[in-house]
Formats: sequence, structure tokens, C-alpha cells
Amino acid sequence: MSKMQIKLTVNGRERELLAEPRELLIHLLREELNLTGPHIGCDTSHCGACTVEMDGKSVKSCTVFAAQANGAEVTTIEGLAEPGSLNVLQSAFREHHGLQCGFCTPGMITRAHRLLQENPDPSEEEVRFGMAGNLCRCTGYQNIVKSILAAATELNAAKEAAE
Amino acid sequence: MPNDIGHSASSKRREDVRFLTGVGNYTDDIDLHRQSHVVFLRSQVAHGRLKAVETTAAAAMPGVLRIFTGADFEGVGGIPTGWQITSRDGEVMQEPGHPVLAQGKVRFVGDMIAAVVAETEDQARDAAEAIELDIEELPAVIDMKAALAEGSPKVHDDLTGNLCYDWGFVEDNRDAVDAAIKAADHVTTLELVNNRLVANPMEPRVAIGDFAPGTGDSTLYTTSQNPHLIRLLMGAFVLGIPEHKLRVVAPDVGGGFGTKIFHYAEEAFCTFAAKALKRPVKWTSTRSEAFISDAHGRDHVTKIELALSKEGDFLAVRTDTHANMGAYLSTFAPAVPTWLHGILMAGNYKTPLIYVNVKAVFTNTVPVDAYRGAGRPEATFQLERVIDKAAREMGFDPIELRRRNFIHDFPYATPVAVEYDTGDYDATLDKLLEISDHAGFEARRDASAKKGLLRGLGINCYIEACGIAPSNLVGQLGARAGLYESATVRVNATGGLVVMTGSHSHGQGHETAFPQVIAKMIGIDENMIEIVHGDTANAPMGMGTYGSRSLAVGGSAMVRATEKIIAKAKKIAAHLLEASDADIELKDGQFSIVGTDKSVAWGEVTLAAYVPHNYPLDDIEPGLEETAFYDPTNFTYPAGAYSCEVEVDPDTGRVTIERFAAADDFGNVINPMIVEGQVHGGIGQGIGQALLEGAVYDDNGQLLTGSYMDYAMPRADDLPFFQVDHSCQTPCTHNPLGVKGCGEAGAIGSPPAVVNAVVDALQRAGLDVTHIDMPLSPARVWSAMNS
Repeated sequence: MSKMQIKLTVNGRERELLAEPRELLIHLLREELNLTGPHIGCDTSHCGACTVEMDGKSVKSCTVFAAQANGAEVTTIEGLAEPGSLNVLQSAFREHHGLQCGFCTPGMITRAHRLLQENPDPSEEEVRFGMAGNLCRCTGYQNIVKSILAAATELNAAKEAAE
Repeated sequence: MPNDIGHSASSKRREDVRFLTGVGNYTDDIDLHRQSHVVFLRSQVAHGRLKAVETTAAAAMPGVLRIFTGADFEGVGGIPTGWQITSRDGEVMQEPGHPVLAQGKVRFVGDMIAAVVAETEDQARDAAEAIELDIEELPAVIDMKAALAEGSPKVHDDLTGNLCYDWGFVEDNRDAVDAAIKAADHVTTLELVNNRLVANPMEPRVAIGDFAPGTGDSTLYTTSQNPHLIRLLMGAFVLGIPEHKLRVVAPDVGGGFGTKIFHYAEEAFCTFAAKALKRPVKWTSTRSEAFISDAHGRDHVTKIELALSKEGDFLAVRTDTHANMGAYLSTFAPAVPTWLHGILMAGNYKTPLIYVNVKAVFTNTVPVDAYRGAGRPEATFQLERVIDKAAREMGFDPIELRRRNFIHDFPYATPVAVEYDTGDYDATLDKLLEISDHAGFEARRDASAKKGLLRGLGINCYIEACGIAPSNLVGQLGARAGLYESATVRVNATGGLVVMTGSHSHGQGHETAFPQVIAKMIGIDENMIEIVHGDTANAPMGMGTYGSRSLAVGGSAMVRATEKIIAKAKKIAAHLLEASDADIELKDGQFSIVGTDKSVAWGEVTLAAYVPHNYPLDDIEPGLEETAFYDPTNFTYPAGAYSCEVEVDPDTGRVTIERFAAADDFGNVINPMIVEGQVHGGIGQGIGQALLEGAVYDDNGQLLTGSYMDYAMPRADDLPFFQVDHSCQTPCTHNPLGVKGCGEAGAIGSPPAVVNAVVDALQRAGLDVTHIDMPLSPARVWSAMNS
């Protein structure tokens, strides 16, 4: 199959690659760019393990063709914090035991990161609804929801202190 | 306050950092040099005779390296079963062969027919689609009772029929139980289904086979809960590779819940093909493939009878269960409805007479095996449902009826062969009523009623048996494996420790909790201790993680090995201090002569062990490394009480969980944060079973729930916050940590609480509904309300 030339920005870095027309964004990220943080948990766009940000929106990268990401700005879990450090959301997940096996975690964090951009002060119900596209089999979601609410509180306090 | 014994209680998990930053190392993240990819062609019919598998055109497609079929596995071993059950008549169970790739017949949708190995996964997939199959479709056997009927088609032509075994337990009690039921003041009968589930760890299974021609060594990377078990089963029974020429690695594993215990044909295939092709062979399951190839769970059809005196004393329990085995016997499948189910039928109660009959049945469906709880949820569900029904029939308060029959004196020998060492069921029930604000229920019910919703309250108790053991007993019961655990503790010269455990962590946090135990024993910082697991090249032979056994069995092995380390280190310290080793005590990382201020530090002793210039070489060897194998003398018996409050919408039948509380007795607790997380997850899965999940086959054996579009997984907005408590602690008496295990409790204790609550809501509304089978979907609840 002939390959297409694709140019995109991933975690702030411009990349130029060749991809088959049928290649999915998740495969481009994992196999071509060795960004193995986003995972593949299903094949019907239901589990959210592959969630990344594309042009300011959460997308399930198993439902996006690599070709559709041409010209886009993509952020994965690897681009959310400086290497070797945790951002507020990641720290909150650790503090509140918001992960167990860790497989859904990169997608969870990436989605939660965008959720808090969309709604910086969500209620419990809004967090649960906003995260309903991401499946976790380990936690019963209890500590995921707690972690996100705690991160929101901390981010808002920091914002207030800065103003 | 709970007596949490960890060195620093809720230490945050050290494994989190790699998972949070996307640098975990799951099997699918591993790519080997010159790796090829395999795609399996799976049967789309449930039952059929394989007449031809035509691969010529497919083999000529781009990138294809080789196509394997059943013929390539003539003379190769089949996938083995790890447990043999003996029927009531003394005959051993029927045990069909299970070839790596189908030979002669296909027996379920998903059965593997051919394997295409190609340069890329896409090329393999394209070629798999080009294979031409000639299959003579045969009638499928799906319903268990139909499968046992005279003249039913046979799943395995070489067996006498579809009955795997007919197990009676305790057979000697059979007549006495019948007589007690006949003579009782009251007998409550309940027929129910324990719905078939798909475990669905978020990480699909992956296997990579590798072969080193230079040494003849094979390596398998796999998503397993127990790499040593896979090495033994695959090496000894399937491929004939001695263990010293076979390494199995299970790196970061994204959840297991039982379904990653078993040895699967895909693992054997990748190992076999890597040797044949002299190239690594990788298989990554899709989720759709997982639904038709991961062993399913539960799937019991049961009739239970509970006999009571008019005062409410439990006199006898008789239960008859049909248990689905699927098309082949998965690794531990025969043990789940028998030894993991029958021995729990006493529950928390002093019922004097119990008889359990289980008929295990072959059907043209995916094999069924252990899923979180494995047999114990099935036991608890039927017992706690029938008790609730009996309370209603006889006009007792369901809580008081349970209390009246609680076991109070420990140790307690049940009539189903086990001896509970400790427990306090009143304490957990009292705690439950407190944390769930039981007293406030009526007010909450009134509030629901004002919204036009029916509120119900369900309560139940559970007991489970964890850390299955001892090996000599399970051997008598048919296990083909031991159930000990191992640990090697290697102390380095500079004082740090590496612990190689046969347990495997796939979410349970061993890398954090295990060091807490050792740090406390020695009195050093837990960051000086590293846990290594998941690689047969490092750890001694171990049995892995399932049945809530890691801390109770694996942790005990680690404690025993550390005790040996400390004993030897004391001898070294005694030499350095010129004292007798009997006078040496270890505290806070210092060895001192009792009653003096003379001491040497941990690090001085470990250095002396490896630089033995001033060392008792005549008495002890240099070095500081010890191994222990721990074989428990009994199961552990966690227990507790759960409550659920639901609202039912009378117009739609929709159930929402409004409150959920759990009071568990896990004995001693090392890391309460991790323990509570385990309970949350178990409750999430239990509520999933009760309200949402169910694997459904049509009459032709097509799995109708073959993806997340049809199989309803619990999502964040399906669940509330749970109240959990583990402050009631009756420590286990027979393991060194006094721990009982917490991994499965939530999944065992929650389904009956949910169903009891829904039935309660409907009964309070004056509806004559005594039972609804799980999952309690709006359609099922609405139908029950309107029938």
C-alpha cells in the first residue's frame, strides 16, 4: 500500500512521517514515535486507554487515522509534564491511589487534564460524566474521581493565589 | 482506629510514577529485533467438522512467513488442566484433549484454526482473511441442561457425553441433609443463575515468543499472573521444553482478575513458532478477540434449599448447581465450582448439615474458569439470597435472622470440610450498620418516595477462603500443583535488599507493600528494598498471584526468608561485637548486645558479609542471601458485611446505586490505602455483575455480547462513592503476618447486596417479586414489576 506523508506536532516537537492510509494515530504514536504511554484497550472506541489531545480536544487515537492528524498538534501522556516530574493531576492520582494496574492511567490522566480545562471546577457528578468515556477495571473509579476533584481544588487554589 | 501494621501505613505507591508518566513496560510495549507478528484465524461457528483449511493463496501474500494449522501440532502436547475432580461414583472427570490449533473439529466461536505469521500484523491479518475454510457445521450445544439431555450432540466425540463430572460434597451427608429438609418446619427454595461474565482486564493479552539458536533457549513474554506456572505447564505438558531452557517473563501486567492465570494456546503457539521460524513471534489480542478467547467466569445455574426451624435456626442447606466448563477445560476450571465453591456453603453460619451437588458440563462456548472470587461469589450469592428470601417468607428481620445463626466460637469446623480460624461476624455487621447510617434509611426512603422512586436496602454477609492450601491437602483434592509461595531475599554489600518473589503484581502494589513489611522487620528505610517479580530467570519457583494469596502466602515466604537473613546477620554481628549471637538484638537497623550500648549498624554487617576480612569463616559462609518456601497450613478466612441502597424507577425499571458500604475483616493490614483500593475495585466489579454485565450466547453459539458495544462495563457515572471500613480485625492465626487477603472480597460481597436491595425496594412497594436474575437491567426489573 502506498504511504502518505504526514506532518504533525507531537508533544511540542514537529515530526514528519510516512503512514499507510489505514494506519491509526495510536499505531503511529506507539510504533513510529515509540510513545507507548497511550495504550490500546479495545477496538470499538469505548475504553479510552488510547486517549490523547488533538488540537485542544480529547480524542481516542484508535478512532483517528494518522492521516487525519496531518497538521495537528497532539499531546500524549509523555508531554503532560517535564520528564521525571509529575504535574498536579498526576500527583493527585498518586496521592489518592487513583490507579492500580496502570493500564488505563495514561488515557485517564490525559482525559482528566482536558476535562479540567473544559470545566475547572467540576462537581462529582460532572467528573463522573466527563470521565465516562474511559474505562477502568481496577478502582471502581472511587479514587480516580477523588484524585480529579483534589487536583481541581489544588489548581484553583494556585490560580487564586496567583491572582 | 485500625491496627495497621505497615512500617509507614499508607505509603504511596512507588510503581505509580512509571504508570503516571507513560513509561510502564507492558508486554505490548516490548518489541524484539526481527520480530514477526501472528494473527489467529478463529472459528466463526460454534461447532463444526473441519474438512479443509486451504492456505496456499494466503501463504503467497506479501510478508507472510508461514501459516500453521492443526496438522503442524500433531505430536505436540495439548493445553493441560491443573485440577482433577472425582465424581460421586468414584470415576475421575472426563478430560478432553485441547490441541494448540484445532484438529478435526472446532468447538466454540473463537477456537483457533490457523495461525498466520507475517512481517507485520496488517499483513498477517490480510492473509488470514484469504485462508479458505471448508467447515461442516454441526448443531451447537449451548444450554447446560440441554447438553445433558439424552441424544444431545457431543462437544467431544471421544467422550461419553457432555457431563464432565458429577460431584457430591459431603457425600456422606447426602441422606442426612435430605432427611433434615423433609422434617424441617420451613424450607425456602430459590432457583437462580449466576451470570456468565468476561473478566475484561483493561490490558488485552499479549504473547511474544523468542528463541536463541545459539543456546537453544526459549523465552516467552506474556501477560500472566503467574509466569512460573506457565513455564511449568507449557514446558512440561505442551512443548516438551525443560524448565532450564525456558524463561517466562510477565512484565507490567494491566490487570488480571483471574483470566490471566491460565495457560493459553496462544502462549504455546508463539513459543513454538519462534523456534520453528528462528524469529520472535508476537501476538497482541484485540478486544474483540479477548471476548472470544479469554476464559469467561461464573455461569452457574443453581437451585438452593434452606431448611429452618420455626424459630429461625438454619438446619440444613442443599444446593444443586450446573456449572458451565465451555468447550475445553481451562487450567483451574474443574476446581472453581467444586473446591472453591462447595467449601464456602456454610457462609458465616452454623448450619449443621450441608450437601452440595455440582454437575460440570461441556458446551460449545468459550472455556470458563476463575474470575475474581472464583466459586466464592457463586456460593455467597445463592446463600445470601436464599436467607433473604427465607426472612421474608417467615417474617424475620433479615439482619436478625443472620445474627441468630452466626458462628461465634472459633476455631470452627464447618460441615463442608474447612476450619475457620478466626472471625467476628457481629463486629463487622455492627460496623456496617454504623458506617452505612442504617438508622437513617427510613428517612432516605421517604425522600426517594417524594421523587417517585422506590428505595430498597439490601444487606448480606460473606466469608471467603483465600490463600488456598496446604499443598498436601490440595493434592488429595485433585490439584496437580503445589500451592506454596517462594521468596529469595538478597542483601547487597551496601545494605540494600532485593526481594525476588514468586508472587506477581498486576495492580496490587506489591512493590510498595512488600518492602513495608521487611523495612519494619529490619528497621531500615523501605526505599532500601526493591521487589523483583514476574521473571522466572530471577525468582525461585513460585505459584503467582490469585485467590487473594499474595501477602498471606507470598508475604509469609518473604518473612521467613528475612528471618533467615536476620538470624545469619546476628551471627555476623556477634562476631564483630565479640559477643554470643544469643545476646544480639536487632532494632532500628542496629545490632546491639542486649543491655549494653555496644552496637554495629546493619550496613556494617552486610559489608562484612561480602568483604569477610573480619568474619567467622569457620562457622558461616560469606554472603547474605536466603530463600524460603512457605506452604500454609490452612486457608485464610476474610469475612464481612455489605449493604446497598438502591433507587428503582417504577416507570423504567432503572436501578441506581445510591449508597454502598462494606465492613471487612481482613485480619492485619499492611497498607490500608491499597487495601481500600482493592475493595473499591471488587465492589465495582460486583455491581457490574449485578446490574450491567452478562455474556450472552444465542442458540447457535454466537456470542451476542462480543464487544464493549454489547457488554456493559461499569463506567464512572454508574457508581457512587463507597464507604469502606477494615477496622474490625481478627488476625489470621497461622501465618506470620496475621493477614487474610483482600483482593476478592468486594466482588464476592457486593452482588447479593445489590439484588437483595432491589427485591427489597419492590417488596416494600407491595410487589410480589422474590428474585430477579442478574444483571438487573431496566428491562428485567421492569418485566418483573409488571408480570
